[in-house]
Amino acid sequence: MPNFGVLFFPGSNCEEDCYHAIRKILGQPCDLIWHEETSLEGIDCVVVPGGFSYGDYLRAGAIARFSPVMEPLTRLAAEGVPVIGICNGFQILVESGLLPGAFLHNSSLKFVCRWNHVRVEEIDTPFTCLLREGEVLKLPVANAQGNFVPGEGATPRIVLRYCGPQGELDKEANPSGSQDAIAGVANTQGNVLGMMPHPERGVENAFGSEDGKKMFESVVSWIKFSKQREAALSLAKLKGSEPELRPIPRRRFDYDLD
Amino acid sequence: MKQFSVKIEVKLKPVVLDPQGKAVLNALGGLGFSEVSDARVGKVVELTMEGESAEEVSGKADEMCRRLLSNPVIEDSSVEVVEKQDA
Repeated sequence: MPNFGVLFFPGSNCEEDCYHAIRKILGQPCDLIWHEETSLEGIDCVVVPGGFSYGDYLRAGAIARFSPVMEPLTRLAAEGVPVIGICNGFQILVESGLLPGAFLHNSSLKFVCRWNHVRVEEIDTPFTCLLREGEVLKLPVANAQGNFVPGEGATPRIVLRYCGPQGELDKEANPSGSQDAIAGVANTQGNVLGMMPHPERGVENAFGSEDGKKMFESVVSWIKFSKQREAALSLAKLKGSEPELRPIPRRRFDYDLD
Repeated sequence: MKQFSVKIEVKLKPVVLDPQGKAVLNALGGLGFSEVSDARVGKVVELTMEGESAEEVSGKADEMCRRLLSNPVIEDSSVEVVEKQDA
C-alpha cells in the first residue's frame, strides 16, 4: 500500500483533514511529518496541506519554503514522486519554485470561503488519472490569496479550472479572479500538482461532496501503476527482454452519474 | 564596522494587476479625491545592517530581495542604503 506523508508547518491547519481523508476514508497508511524533518524516506506521495504557515507573513508560503523538509521534498519531486500542494500548500510549492507562477490577493480583496465547481482539464497527472477530461468536481475553496498569475509569458500545465455546475467558464464562478480561471496547475513533469480548492474537505457526502476522494483514489492507483512499471522494467533488464508495461490507470465505469 | 540604514521597497510590477491598489483608488475617489487616477500598494522593509561599505551592504540587501523579500515573478524591488552618523 502506498505511504502518504502529510507535512505540517507552524500555522498549517488542514493536516488533520488530509490525514482523515487518507487514513480513515481511503484506508491508506499516512504519516504526519513536522517541517523540521530532514528525510522523507519511504514516502510514496507527499501532501503539503493548507493553513497559514508562518502567519502568511511577507507573502503566503514565502517563509515555509526554507523549512528543512523542503530539501528532501524537492529531491522527491525531481525523482517523479507525486506531490500535491493544497491551498497554502500550493502557495508554498510556488514560492519554492517547484511550481510556476505567483499569487495575488483575491480580486474581491475578501477571504472567500464557499463551495465551488472545478473542471478537470488534464488527466495525465497522478492526481487526475481516474477522472475524465471535462469532468466537474464540487469542492470547497477557502483563501484570501488565491489569485494565481502564471508570470509573464509563462504557460503552465493547467489541470483544474473554476467553472459553474455544468462546467461552464464564467466570471462569477471564479472565486479569486485568477488568470484563465486557474484553480490548479502541474509542473512540466506532471508529478507535482498545486490546487487552491480542498479535495480533502470533499470526501464524504454527509459533508457536502465526495468528489475530492477521486483525486486521492487516482494517486493510489497511480502509485501502484508506477511500482509495477518499475518492477517490470528492472525484470526486463535482468532477463534482457521487452518489459510488459500496463497502461496508465483509467476509470472504466462511471460509478456515479449525478 | 559601520552601521547602515537600509530601506527596501517591494512593488508589484507595472504589468501585474493590483487589487489592493484598486481598492485604495476607489476609496480615495469615494472621499472626493477625484484627481487620483491610479494607486499602487507596495511594502517597505527597513533594516539596520553592519558592513564595511555601502556597496557591500547594498549587495547583501539585493540578495535578500532575490531570496526572500520579493517574488521576482510579480514584484520589483529597490534598495536604498544610508550610513548612520550617530556616534
